[in-house]
Amino acid sequence: MSSIALQARPAKASPLDALQRWLPKLVLAPSMLIVLVGFYAYIGWTFLLSFTNSRFMPSYKWAGLQQYERLWDNDRWWVASQNLLVFGGMFIAISLLIGVVLAVLLDQRIRREGLIRTIYLYPMALSMIVTGTAWQWLLNPGLGLDKLLRDWGWEGFRFDWLVDPDRVIYCLVIAAVWQASGFVMALFLAGLRSVDQSIIRAAQVDGASLPTIYLRIVLPSLRPVFFSALMILAHIAIKSFDLVAAMTAGGPGYSSDLPAMFMYAHTFTRGQMGLGAASAMLMLGAVMAIIVPYLYSELRNKRHV
Amino acid sequence: MSDFAQPRLTLGRLTIHATLLLACAVYLVPLIVMLLTSFKTPEDIRTGNLLSWPEAFSAMGWLTAWDSIGGYFWNSVKIVLPAVLISTALGAINGYVLSMWRFRGSQLFFGLLLFGCFLPFQVILLPASFTLGKLGLANTTTGLVLVHVVYGLAFTTLFFRNFYVSVPDALVRAARLDGAGFFTIFGRILLPMSVPIIMVCLIWQFTQIWNDFLFGVVFASGDTQPVTVALNNLVNTSTGAKQYNVDMAAAMIAGLPTLVVYVVAGKYFLRGLTAGAVKG
Repeated sequence: MSSIALQARPAKASPLDALQRWLPKLVLAPSMLIVLVGFYAYIGWTFLLSFTNSRFMPSYKWAGLQQYERLWDNDRWWVASQNLLVFGGMFIAISLLIGVVLAVLLDQRIRREGLIRTIYLYPMALSMIVTGTAWQWLLNPGLGLDKLLRDWGWEGFRFDWLVDPDRVIYCLVIAAVWQASGFVMALFLAGLRSVDQSIIRAAQVDGASLPTIYLRIVLPSLRPVFFSALMILAHIAIKSFDLVAAMTAGGPGYSSDLPAMFMYAHTFTRGQMGLGAASAMLMLGAVMAIIVPYLYSELRNKRHV
Repeated sequence: MSDFAQPRLTLGRLTIHATLLLACAVYLVPLIVMLLTSFKTPEDIRTGNLLSWPEAFSAMGWLTAWDSIGGYFWNSVKIVLPAVLISTALGAINGYVLSMWRFRGSQLFFGLLLFGCFLPFQVILLPASFTLGKLGLANTTTGLVLVHVVYGLAFTTLFFRNFYVSVPDALVRAARLDGAGFFTIFGRILLPMSVPIIMVCLIWQFTQIWNDFLFGVVFASGDTQPVTVALNNLVNTSTGAKQYNVDMAAAMIAGLPTLVVYVVAGKYFLRGLTAGAVKG
């Protein structure tokens, strides 16, 4: 740092000093404006729209809770919400499971660990649209996995979940897990590396087996990582739009719809702006129900440290 | 770790290695299938299967794909470059103020911004599209750049703020006593040590914006669409027979830039992913 040339100047009160004092606020002002308008005023605006009967164009005629009532009665919205529970629940559970297992296995002084890690994580760099396109082809009934396994001698093999209204949601789960489980692995591996090795060695000396050490000592100490991963995966699940758009476009029918897809379809292609706004507000509510307690506990913990 | 000898090869370790290798195969197969399919002829696709070797490598899929989405590829480039640079620069200066020049209300602002990291964008789509329309920026590249800058701000600020918080205050205080001003301290002291976090931020923003679909499909149309939207249109509009080789080549084209960045700068990519998660 000694190479930095800083001229010593006597402190004196001048307009320049006043400017210096205001500079930080001035510099931050545009961003504050952007955040207040682009985030919070816009949320308020959408909230307002959800109480109107706006269709193709915004109208500001008060319609009360009409749009929320329509959502409640809307079968497609219920399908989308239930799908989110199924998709989100399975996606989060399976990604966590695979991620933890791979991280623990990879933590056993594996040669070429770097290369293996790179392979597990690369799907995270891809767009969900690319992932969706790839998996749509892999799961193609007739030409995809279906044909591959029959060509390999499994004569009776059928795999047509992609066009099966009851099972199409699992196809989305498969693709999403493929994309995100490597990321969970990376999070946990970083966590495992920060665990005090002497504790593990002490437990080994005491005769504890490796699985016991991980299940009883190491993994419980990674609770914060677990919650972080949970937050991020839940967040990905609620926002999932690209994957559905690319893989199934919500079909067959609307059997693989998710709230994000419902909102887009009603707001921008079906001229149901008010209904779309109401669905967006419910999505925000779902995210807040998960995030606010998390942020609150995070910030509180930090204050205690 | 290096004080350990390489463990003996036991049945347990063999199982571990086998599992890890199997997982490698599972993660790699979709990429391999995409590549193989992209080089096949439609005829070859019908007669072969996902993992069959192409009868003859044909560049036709790639050429057709480039013809239909090449222009949109450049749209993405034109959106991504300015948006990444501007949002990173803003994030750096914001992070600097929020860590070194705190004032009344700056913490509150940081909290408000932090929540923006988790905002489901559906909730701002309508007002944002009205605003772009009013500004005359609907369906323009500039409009998309603006949107990406605004909604990228939360993460870029978070990156720099968390990085600068760990810089010792004394360093900045000493410079201030020496009479160094706001921008001098930033330019001479903080920026030179920020290279790692700048890399993290650039790569994060690059992947986010390149891979964006929601903003692209809502705020752009026709000639201004980014490559992800063009890819989705190509794959999911059914006119005539499906050309899977073209689909896969187009998906590869759309995915290559972020894949290359990941392979070249994977360290920073991972740090960006975990920065929000581990540091909070």
